[in-house]
Amino acid sequence: MILDIKKLEFGYGKEKVLENISFSAVQGEVIMLIGPNGSGKSTLLKCITSYLKADSGEIKIYDKKIDSYSKKKLAEIIAYVPQLKEYSFSMTVFETILMGRKPHSSWAASEQDKETTAEIIAALNLEEIAFKNINELSGGQKQKVFLARAAAQESEIILLDEPTNNLDLKHQLEIFELIEKEAALGKTVIVTMHDLAMVSRFAERIIMLKEGEIVSDGDKKSLSAEKINSVYGVEVSLKEHNGNQLIIPEKIVV
Amino acid sequence: MESSAQMQKKELLKAEKKRNIKIYILTAVLVVMIITASFYSIFFGAVKLELNQTLNVLFNGGGGSLYNIIWNIRIPSVLTALAAGMGLALAGAVMQSILKNPLASPFTLGISHAAAFGAAFSIVLFNAADIPPYFSFLEGFYLPSFFAFLFSQMTVVVVLFISHSRSAAAETIVLAGIALSSLFTAGTTALQFFADDQELASVIYWTFGDPGRTSWEQLYIILFFLIIIFLYFIYKGWNYSILNVGDEVANSLGVDSKKMRLYAMTAASILTSVIISFVGIIGFIGLVTPHIIRKITEGNQRQLFINSALAGGLLLIISDNLARTAFKPVVLPVGVLTAFLGAPLFIYLILKGRRYW
Repeated sequence: MILDIKKLEFGYGKEKVLENISFSAVQGEVIMLIGPNGSGKSTLLKCITSYLKADSGEIKIYDKKIDSYSKKKLAEIIAYVPQLKEYSFSMTVFETILMGRKPHSSWAASEQDKETTAEIIAALNLEEIAFKNINELSGGQKQKVFLARAAAQESEIILLDEPTNNLDLKHQLEIFELIEKEAALGKTVIVTMHDLAMVSRFAERIIMLKEGEIVSDGDKKSLSAEKINSVYGVEVSLKEHNGNQLIIPEKIVV
Repeated sequence: MESSAQMQKKELLKAEKKRNIKIYILTAVLVVMIITASFYSIFFGAVKLELNQTLNVLFNGGGGSLYNIIWNIRIPSVLTALAAGMGLALAGAVMQSILKNPLASPFTLGISHAAAFGAAFSIVLFNAADIPPYFSFLEGFYLPSFFAFLFSQMTVVVVLFISHSRSAAAETIVLAGIALSSLFTAGTTALQFFADDQELASVIYWTFGDPGRTSWEQLYIILFFLIIIFLYFIYKGWNYSILNVGDEVANSLGVDSKKMRLYAMTAASILTSVIISFVGIIGFIGLVTPHIIRKITEGNQRQLFINSALAGGLLLIISDNLARTAFKPVVLPVGVLTAFLGAPLFIYLILKGRRYW
C-alpha cells in the first residue's frame, strides 16, 4: 500500500474542514475525489502534500508517517498540481517543466535533468510552445504543462486539484489521457473533480465528500441518484450508455 | 536512424542552450560596460585630469593632489556606486520576486524612508557633543548611518511581522510599506521643522544619496555584505524561481517557501540598510533595473539576480558620472538624478500594467 490515511482531522481555527477521513490507495490506482464546493477536497490534497498539518489522525506513505520524511524526500514521492492560476512573472514552459526535477537535483539543474525535461516535452507534444511564456498559454495548454511538470518529478503519487476546470471538451479528454498514461506507469493519481459526467465516464474509484466527511467510497456503480441528491442537493437521473453510467441533472432539491 | 522523438529532444536542448548563451552574452556585455564606465568615471569627473598622469597614478602610485583625487575621491566613489547599485538592484529583484509584486523595492516597502528618518533624527536631536561616551565610536559621520540602519531594520522587522501573520497577502505587505513610508516622511518633515539652518542642510544633504561621500572603510563594509548576500542568492536562485509558482507547489517540490522568504527578506533588507545608511537614499535603481533585465531572463531568478545586480551597478556608475558632470560646475547628488529619471519610468510601469512584466 502506497498511501494510507487514518482518522484525519483538519480545521481552520474552530471551523472543521475534514473529519474522520480514512482511506488507502495502491500503486497504479486512479481515485477521483468529488463533492460540492467547500466539502474539503482541496484541503485533503494539501494535507497529503503536508503543506497543511493535520490536527489529528495520520497519513502514511509506504508505512511511514509523512512527518518522518524530509521535504525533499517527500517531493520525490508526491507531485502536486493545484488549480489553475496566473503567475506574477513570466516563465518559459521549459523552465516550468524543469522545476519538476528540483527534488532530484541540488542547486542547479543537471544536463540529465534537462534531457528528461526535453523528453517529456516531446512525449506530450509540447515542443511548439516549449519556449513560450506560460502566462500567454490557454488554460488547456497551461494545465498540460503543469501535468508535464508533475511527470518530470517522477514521483509515485500525483495529486491533481480540478485539472479539467474551465477546459474545453478536447482538452479535458487530453488531460484524462495523460492521467491514464501516468497510472499505466504505476503511479497513483488522486484527482478532485466537479464534472460528474466525466467522473462517471473515467473513474475506477470514486470517493465522495460531504462537509469534510467521506460519504461514499467505491467504483462508479457506487454513485446512486440518492447519494448525489443528498450530497449535492440536486435531483439527478442515471442512464446506462455503452456500459457507462450517464448522470443527468434534473433540478435543485428545495 | 534517429527516431523523431530523439531528434525533437535534441532540437529542444539546442534551443535551451541557445537561450542560455544569449544571457551569458548579456552578462559579459554588462561586465565589459562596467569596466569601461568605471575607467571613464575615474578619468572624467568634475576636475579634468590628464590621461598620462592619471594612468601613472593609477598603476605606479605617487603623491600630491592628483593621487588624492584619484585614490581618495574618484576610485572609492566609482566602487561605491558600483557596489550600491548592485546591492540595491539585487535587493529590488529579490523583494519583487518573493513578494510576487513587480512594484516592490526598498523604496515601496518604506525601508528607504525609515533610513532617512533615522539619519534626520540623529542629526537634529544629537550633536556630536551630546554623544554619550559609550557611543563615542559613532562620532561624526557614523552617527546618522547608525540611526539610519537602526530605523530601517526596525521597519524590516515590522514588514516581516506583517508578512508572517497568517492572512498577509503580498499586496498587504506593500500597502503596509506605503503606510510606513508616509509615517517616516511625516516624521522627517516634523524634524526638519524643528531643525536649525545647519541641521536642515545636513538632513537634506543626507536625504539625497551620493556615493562620493563614503570612505574606504565604509566601502569595505558595503562590499562585505554585498559579496556574501550576492553569493547566497546565486546559490539559491533556483529555489527562488520555484517560489513564483506558489507556496503550495514550491513545498511539493521540496522548497520550504516560508523559510526561503524569511531569509530573502532579511538578507535583502540588511543589504539595503547598509547601503542607504552610508550612501543615502538612491531611489528607483532597485525598482527599475530588475524590470529591464526580467524581459530577457524571464523566470530564471538566478540569471535575474546576477544580471540585475550588474545592470544596477552600471546604471549607478553612469548616473553618478552624469550627475557630477552634466550641470558643471554644479555637482548634483545622484539620488536627485535617479529620482528624476526613475519616477516617469515608474509611472510608465504602472500604466503599462501586467502586460509589461
